[in-house]
Amino acid sequence: MAEKILEVKNLKKYFKTGAGTVHAVDGVSFTIDKGETLGIVGESGCGKSTAGRCILRLIEPTSGEVIFNGRNILKLNRRELKKARNDMQIIFQDPYSSLNPRKTVQEIIAEPIKFSKIMPGASKADIEKRTRELMDTVGLAERLYNAYPHELDGGRRQRIGIARALAMEPKFIVCDEPVSALDVSIQAQILNLLKKLQRDKDLTYIFITHDLSVVNHFSENIMVMYLGQAVEKAPAEELFANPLHPYTKALLSAILVPKVGANKARVQLRGEITSPVDPPDECRFAKRCNYYCSDCDKGTPPLIEVSPNHFVACHRVAPQKTAD
Amino acid sequence: MSDVITRHEIVAPPETANDEIVLDIKDLVVHYVLENETVEAVNGVSLQLKKGQTIGVVGETGAGKTSMALAVLNLVPSPPGVIKSGSISVCGSDVLKMSTKQLEKIRGKDVSMIFQDPMTSLNPVMTVGAQIAESVKYHENVTNDEAFKRAEEMLELVGIPKARAIEYPHQFSGGMKQRVVIAIALACNPKVLLADEPTSALDVTIQAQVLDMMSELKEKLGTALVMITHDLGVVAKVCDLVAVMYAGRIVEYGTLEDVFNSPKHPYTEGLFGSLPNIEDRKAELIPIPGLMPDPTKLPVGCAFEPRCRYATSVCRDKRLNNHIVSDTHTVLCARYDEPGFNIDLLRGGENNG
Amino acid sequence: MSKIPNASETVPEAKQQKKRSRFGEIVHSIKRNKSAVAGLIIIALLLLILIGSLFIKYEAVTATSTANRFRTPDLEFPFGGDNMGRNVFLRTIYGSRYSLSIGFLAAAISTVLGVFLGSLAGYYGGLVDDIIMRASDVLASIPGMLLGMVIITVLGQSLQNLIIAVGVTGVPIFVRITRASVLTIKNQEYVEASRAIGMSHLRVIFTQVLPNGLSPIIVTFTSSLGLSIIVAASLSFLGFGVPVPKPEWGTLVSAGRNYIRTSPNLMSFPGLFIMITVLAFNLLGDGLRDALDPKLKK
Repeated sequence: MAEKILEVKNLKKYFKTGAGTVHAVDGVSFTIDKGETLGIVGESGCGKSTAGRCILRLIEPTSGEVIFNGRNILKLNRRELKKARNDMQIIFQDPYSSLNPRKTVQEIIAEPIKFSKIMPGASKADIEKRTRELMDTVGLAERLYNAYPHELDGGRRQRIGIARALAMEPKFIVCDEPVSALDVSIQAQILNLLKKLQRDKDLTYIFITHDLSVVNHFSENIMVMYLGQAVEKAPAEELFANPLHPYTKALLSAILVPKVGANKARVQLRGEITSPVDPPDECRFAKRCNYYCSDCDKGTPPLIEVSPNHFVACHRVAPQKTAD
Repeated sequence: MSDVITRHEIVAPPETANDEIVLDIKDLVVHYVLENETVEAVNGVSLQLKKGQTIGVVGETGAGKTSMALAVLNLVPSPPGVIKSGSISVCGSDVLKMSTKQLEKIRGKDVSMIFQDPMTSLNPVMTVGAQIAESVKYHENVTNDEAFKRAEEMLELVGIPKARAIEYPHQFSGGMKQRVVIAIALACNPKVLLADEPTSALDVTIQAQVLDMMSELKEKLGTALVMITHDLGVVAKVCDLVAVMYAGRIVEYGTLEDVFNSPKHPYTEGLFGSLPNIEDRKAELIPIPGLMPDPTKLPVGCAFEPRCRYATSVCRDKRLNNHIVSDTHTVLCARYDEPGFNIDLLRGGENNG
Repeated sequence: MSKIPNASETVPEAKQQKKRSRFGEIVHSIKRNKSAVAGLIIIALLLLILIGSLFIKYEAVTATSTANRFRTPDLEFPFGGDNMGRNVFLRTIYGSRYSLSIGFLAAAISTVLGVFLGSLAGYYGGLVDDIIMRASDVLASIPGMLLGMVIITVLGQSLQNLIIAVGVTGVPIFVRITRASVLTIKNQEYVEASRAIGMSHLRVIFTQVLPNGLSPIIVTFTSSLGLSIIVAASLSFLGFGVPVPKPEWGTLVSAGRNYIRTSPNLMSFPGLFIMITVLAFNLLGDGLRDALDPKLKK
């Protein structure tokens, strides 16, 4: 039976700026089972990267709960958090800025091992052995042991980032657009690597991306975010076969398929994305929605399950039942 | 409804012949000469574009696409870039033989270019209207008022209300900035527009909007478009012709149908295999093994050989010849010297071999 | 059929040609920059002089002699004799220890204090940044010489206090450049990555951020060496420096001032040494700046 490894409840992150409060992440909830991948998609400004970082407490959330393996991460003190970090890691988008340019490949990979004391009492030789193992796991050639990041291309750098994330033997990894900055032929290599690692090590992933075809291939469940909120959440097949939220429909219709004649009429969105600063209590997508109707002024639509595991936040598609 | 119309039969405005060649690149070679080594960016590229056609130049980082585009405007940064040989004719005149003054006349007027990053393409201290008008005034003999009026017309054409002509770039979003860039590029109605990854920096929904707009404009104005991109989905949407580049050479060239429905080059096959299939999410990705070659150490023969599942011992050293697959389709691959050879397509198998 | 190379092996790795570490690259760039090399040579000579001066006895330098008063330069007294008959050459050589040590130690104090404060200001931002920057601005707004004189007056005249005074005047520039450096680096994702493994902020600043922002600090350090020497010499010239009769170069220049028309050698030789030393450090600093910045960015 599937075991819940992560449960996020009503996660919020607000930033105070001169112009007002930016609601970067505004009440996001979801659960993930062990060994699965949750894909989080959305365009720029939707809050997906911020949400990913809040879950790891790389950014301190404003409110909410993040329950990992039964414990609320947000309530841990410094010492407990440091220990918890062994289990939760992150892979970054930019292979160029995510590696310390002054450290060699082996130093970058070994650093988490040494720092977290995950191998207490280990000798230099033990750590070297472990580092080489990790390099082999991610497909980095042995001779790169003492190379510097600037000598290597994006694909290899990303492998270093993956090896670093694996060094602490985590159970859960947030992948923040891990292949967006890579060439197409390398993307496929890295995606296959991530899949293989997931199978071999029973890892759980959150896969953040703006690329819908990639997320379809890579995730069991997908959550679509818009302006800090989750607007639809469903198993990947269901989402693509039967998208319910108007934004999801627009997003899917915008995918450019690399096939002759496959790119037909697009759902046209009206207007531009509204501001995340002090948003009023209403459906944030309403102003751009082609299905706008009188029901849509009823305040922020809650995420409601309309069919098994398929959640939508839309007044029209998922009207709020009075008895809830 | 399937797309039956062959894409290159575009209805042209009546005053010009349909088959006027507006861009003709022959055997272009561009190298960057550094102190210890030479980067061979473009190694013998030829392509032709007729009025109103769109060609997609597809390739990954380091393929040489941007260098080729810059060469068309003779804008390759001159130390260290050197155009070693070849000719580039824009509307009949060889760009590489022109003086700077002549070049300045045709840039923006006969041939324009738009770049990838809309954030840095616009001057932050000038209004968008002024930036469009600037191009018009430079190339045409009009008054300031007339130029500004044209600027407003261009804004409307790209879908921006003309009242916004007096606003500054920072007041526009990324997608709108890119539209302004397009408006500037098309203001003097150039015959050829070079677009270097114009939508890569934009969100998916905005990308679709901008591409739709570019297609419409292109039809309306009869502009020939060179669309440089790594995204095969973009190519499928807007292009009639496709040129696949690898290590500075065009390895496959043909119509959209030729290259997408029956690809011939192993690299092209590899590119399609690397993409997640929207219709079959469980299908495995088949990456191209290995990495891009070092552009300072390219072999005499095929640069794709180390990564190619069809490679034989001769591939690396044999000088390559373009093979004619049909009168619209060519491929640069030594294996096609053997009669009856064909790649076997990893997926789908829609091969008329 | 040919083999399919595995994902990490590729085209025969051309990168084996000349694998230089970053340090090697720096050394190589310096070797090519003529002014930097010139600076290094002069500094090497000065260090030799400094070592040589350790063999000179203090008495030899302070021994007065009426017979040698205003002696013109010759083999035994290459720079001549001063108003008290002391050997100017020996005094100048001996004095190198003051100028070089003051220059180095004062620059070191400026660097350590300035870099520490600048890092905190840049990394934490907000109130911490405001407080540190305003304090630094106040310090910077007081003219260096004046500040130096005030500090010496308060602390008393001695070699140590001179070093402290000069060091303090040099702090603001380091605060400012370190802060700028840290501001750009702290947003790099590898900094976030080190937080993700659980490092504390302070540890991140000093093990991840600062090491990557060293270039401007190193360049400023070398030019601040030259500047410290001048400030120290000027303070000594004005009588706030090393107490007489210690033959610090500034003091020598000051002492020779009265005899500039009759025996210009008393003032000019020590002055020349100040000039050459500062020039050498500046040349080296320029060379380092060229070597560290654009080359390594590519």
